[in-house]
Amino acid sequence: MSIDLKTVKHISKLARISIDDEKANKLKGDLNNIFEFIEKLNELNTDNVQALTSIAETTLRFRKDEIKSENIREKILKNSPEENKDFFVVPKVVE
Amino acid sequence: MSDITSQSLFELTSNIKEKKLSSGEITKAFIDRAEKSKKLNIYVTDNFEKAIDQSKKFDSNPNFDLKLPGIPIAVKDLFCTNGVRTTAGSKILNNFVPTYESTVTQNLWSQGAILLGKLNCDEFAMGSSNETSFFGNVQNPVGENLVPGGSSGGSSAAVAANLTPVTIGTDTGGSIRQPASFTGTVGLKPTYGSCSRYGIVAFASSLDQAGPMTKNVRDCSMLLEVISSFDQKDSTSIDYKRNNYSKELSKDIKGKKIGIPKEYRVDNMPDEIEQLWKNGISYAKDCGAEIIDISLPHTNYALPTYYIVAPAEASSNLARYDGVKYGFRSPGQNLIEMYEKTRSEGFGDEVKRRIMIGTYVLSSGYYDAYYLKAQKVRQLIKKDFDDAFSKVDAILTPSTPSSAFKIGEKTNDPVSMYLNDIFTVPINLAGLPGISIPAGKDKNNYPLGLQVIGKPFDEQNILNISYALEDKINFKNDISDWWLSE
Repeated sequence: MSIDLKTVKHISKLARISIDDEKANKLKGDLNNIFEFIEKLNELNTDNVQALTSIAETTLRFRKDEIKSENIREKILKNSPEENKDFFVVPKVVE
Repeated sequence: MSDITSQSLFELTSNIKEKKLSSGEITKAFIDRAEKSKKLNIYVTDNFEKAIDQSKKFDSNPNFDLKLPGIPIAVKDLFCTNGVRTTAGSKILNNFVPTYESTVTQNLWSQGAILLGKLNCDEFAMGSSNETSFFGNVQNPVGENLVPGGSSGGSSAAVAANLTPVTIGTDTGGSIRQPASFTGTVGLKPTYGSCSRYGIVAFASSLDQAGPMTKNVRDCSMLLEVISSFDQKDSTSIDYKRNNYSKELSKDIKGKKIGIPKEYRVDNMPDEIEQLWKNGISYAKDCGAEIIDISLPHTNYALPTYYIVAPAEASSNLARYDGVKYGFRSPGQNLIEMYEKTRSEGFGDEVKRRIMIGTYVLSSGYYDAYYLKAQKVRQLIKKDFDDAFSKVDAILTPSTPSSAFKIGEKTNDPVSMYLNDIFTVPINLAGLPGISIPAGKDKNNYPLGLQVIGKPFDEQNILNISYALEDKINFKNDISDWWLSE
């Protein structure tokens, strides 16, 4: 199976990364090389194998439902690229 | 007394406790050497001024009961440090100053250590040569124009060049052990769940672990003891009784069963590495260990599995970099355009490549064929190790299939770059602890490492085996300081 240019552009759209045609062509080559290498897994029959979903054999812990109120608004906004009082600012979404 | 910066962590802590050296003297010595070592491009951000102040503060009221009393330490720039820029080697985090501290680094400061600065690494820890960093490649102190390995390349180079007594790195597929091997230093990836992931910039969450990188095995045990802890803030942190690794360190490995997996004898492996492995086996025998041939039949499938699982997790983790809440933003006419431009300009090529792979294998219609398939093969790889560990106490392999290569040699061929991690990746997939120790040199005089792999939570055992082997190997890194400027 090989990945064509249309698929590369579709993935880039899904990944929200804009790419020009030159980059897309380069990526097409790289991705095909990498997937050729990955296809090796098809040699294995895994019909009766259970997927490994967690390597740490523990169940997630519960914690007490406590209010830990700490005013961290300033901390959270400190690194924002553009701020306006207490909000993150983005380009206009609603016309 | 030998030159301050060439001393081990053990020597420095002893000298501080015996009042032969002050924290101020030690900190200044490492800073002076760093100022003359800019050619190596090891630091992304330094914390020198604050470090001097903190060392003076320590000296005015020293607490010698701490495990790292007044010891200056630089860390990989993947650990969030409160008030000190944290970039993950990426343009997208170029201006990011965390308002919180990672648990692992907090553990260092709580034991008296002082932050020297943040060390270069591959962008988002994706790379095996430190060449994907937005801040440029790092020079391996072993030789000019040689890569220091990756992704913790600034960290391995900093230890080898005596710019920090010890450091911490992170390891998702070999990012501690491979650079340790390339620089003649020691690097340990702990069992998944040993060291908290809280405050570490995420790459692939089911594989990422922080670990010590040091000059020798004893220092490694001392540092692991400090950073390994249960943490409520990491949902996969495991609550178990940790050893006093440095106190329990012992060269007595008599009767230990050490497995040698035949599948690690790969095609085109240089004779020197085969010989290195044989030497390691004979040293282990000399120490009274019993050598047992074992099989890990799915070894060859580990890298393809990794290159599905890791990018899949990375594509999800890196979805957060959207230019809205923090980090770099490129303006756009609308929200979607802003996202797309921000991510296109903010991420480097390797990171984009992996996000694309991950997005593809998780996308509708391909999930079962790739991601689910990989999760199943991961189960088989883990089972290989479970079976092996019913017969042996530890496994001995080479750390890498080659020594350090030249800068630029593999940048145009992602797959050949990925093959660097062939011996280290299976250990992450299975969540096991593994350590790389320097074990010899190739014909160019470049270091080569051996890897000891242990059962889950059996760090003490692999430390002890490494400690015994280290004594027999008696490795000396001859580094000429070729990069020093006045």
